[in-house]
Amino acid sequence: MAMLSFEQKYRVRGGTLIGGDLFDFWVGPFYVGFFGVTTAFFAALGTALIVYGASLGGTGNIWQINISPPDLSYGLALAPLKQGGTWQIITVCAAGAFISWALRQVEICRKLGIGLHVPFAFSFAILAYLTLEVIRPLLLGAWGHGFPYGIIGHLDWVSNVGYQYLHFHYNPAHMLAITFFFTNALALSLHGSLVLSAANPGAGEVVKSAEHENQYYRDVMGWSIGPLGIHRLGMFLAINASFWSAVCMLISGPFWTRGWPEWWSWWLNLPIWAH
Amino acid sequence: MSFGLKVAGALTVVAGVFVASHFTHPPIISIQRGYRGVGDVVLYQAADLEHLRAANRAPAPEPAQDPAGQPASKVYQNVKVLGNVDANEFLRLMAAITNWVSPQQGCTYCHSQENLAYDTSYAKIVARRMLQMTEHINKDWQNHVGITGVTCYTCHRGLPVPTNVWFNAPAPAPHAVGGFAEANQGKNLVSKVAVDSSLPYDPLTTFLEQSNEIRVQSTQALPGADNVSIKGADWTYALMMSMSAGLGVNCNYCHNTRAFRDWDQSPPTRVSAWYGIRLVRDLNNNYLDPLKTVFPANRLGPLGDSPKVQCATCHKGVYKPLFGVSMVKDYPEIGANGPVDLSAPIGSVGDFTAKP
Repeated sequence: MAMLSFEQKYRVRGGTLIGGDLFDFWVGPFYVGFFGVTTAFFAALGTALIVYGASLGGTGNIWQINISPPDLSYGLALAPLKQGGTWQIITVCAAGAFISWALRQVEICRKLGIGLHVPFAFSFAILAYLTLEVIRPLLLGAWGHGFPYGIIGHLDWVSNVGYQYLHFHYNPAHMLAITFFFTNALALSLHGSLVLSAANPGAGEVVKSAEHENQYYRDVMGWSIGPLGIHRLGMFLAINASFWSAVCMLISGPFWTRGWPEWWSWWLNLPIWAH
Repeated sequence: MSFGLKVAGALTVVAGVFVASHFTHPPIISIQRGYRGVGDVVLYQAADLEHLRAANRAPAPEPAQDPAGQPASKVYQNVKVLGNVDANEFLRLMAAITNWVSPQQGCTYCHSQENLAYDTSYAKIVARRMLQMTEHINKDWQNHVGITGVTCYTCHRGLPVPTNVWFNAPAPAPHAVGGFAEANQGKNLVSKVAVDSSLPYDPLTTFLEQSNEIRVQSTQALPGADNVSIKGADWTYALMMSMSAGLGVNCNYCHNTRAFRDWDQSPPTRVSAWYGIRLVRDLNNNYLDPLKTVFPANRLGPLGDSPKVQCATCHKGVYKPLFGVSMVKDYPEIGANGPVDLSAPIGSVGDFTAKP
């Protein structure tokens, strides 16, 4: 694969976290590194196990393929492959692949001499996954509390686990997470539409600059967050969305087993009410 | 850092600790009730469950008695509903009922000190009807209570007035704001019965006294003839929350939430609950509400109605009352095959006060 003319100067040696120069090379446009190897290993093994697990399930319907965690009775022990063991190894592979990918991002950041913002942000997505599949099951004492790998199956799990706490909209961290997700979507739509407008001017006009973009929001609402600020805001909103959704699941079960509305009794019992 | 910022930071920490202190902590006891990975799980905080077990122990049965060989009606006067019970068994049952219902107040909660046969207290009249009700439940509602059955203790737990009884809620106050503001729809206040949510606060009258259908999930993907409303769903949701709190279980105990309405996907517990709702309606309409003419005013609700039962009245936060321990097996006279006279008139205060 041909290299872009300016790409050569970014292909610098060093900056690896582990393995020294051993895996410090590129395949076409892709940097490999030690963690590229481990990512490929975990991803390939995990995918193979998903295919194997799917073949045991008796359906080829992509929506219905489902690989379930073990029964709660296995607790935190290993289960036989066909009784949730595949789910356990797939989970290990997924965690291995995700974490390897984040560390590979770190190595690339070090090579380029840029900040670690990308792996930092991505690690919150990993945190959300690990919270659901590892941390929460550990706290509840059984791998069976993890969600199954299947399109419809994991949605059924989401529904049932929500209703384990009667009314999930009363979960305080869920409230925060949803607010951040929606605000993130709003910010992204405002930003995306602004960029598209500036980059696609009317026929015969030149592409507009950042100052045009700033001026648009100054006219609309008296203030513009600016080209750097919008990305800081986006990162803040996205990270918080992942973080609070991880928290809202972490507290559901390990730190609260009753209905979420009941949790708010402290609010109802504050000495500020007339009765 | 400015002084104001430090104060704000300190206040945030205090508020954070206060809020965080309202969470519970592991260990958690979880019970899988469906196929693995579906999330059909009921969870209890271990400490919570211990308290629940301690608070829901069946008392030891009264020592067994040799039969007297003749019915209570032959030995005692004015025995209306337990007349066919063996006289010794009758005394044993009276002792048990005292422990179950009025351990502090003793026999005189119902009986005249002057003569136990006198009908001087409303409580004795009510007790007769309650004995008939107990027998009726054990005999005719086995699809809910099974052979475990119920006794006075199932509801009363040592209190003359059981906990978790309820009354019809007065109609909402007239619209205070007017205009386009939402009128009081019987919701959006703290609903005690629906675990402190803002759902409707009196779903019990609608569903456990009246026989409104509890059907809110559309069976069609797109709008059509199957018109179910979100407002209706609120009422059902409130009822279901009261059931959930009453039984100490979550929605998954009776439903697979991917299709609440679908019986084929629901655990069998939902069948018991279905009968339970009908049982409670039967008791409220045929046994409890008619007693409003017997109860004194201080026992009635704001609308003059009798105290009524709901799931929590028997269950007390446990999926099976007393964790499924059968007390009625030690008191067969009020069990499914007991000789309680279900149709005997229960009399009224002052009916029988003449000296023998």
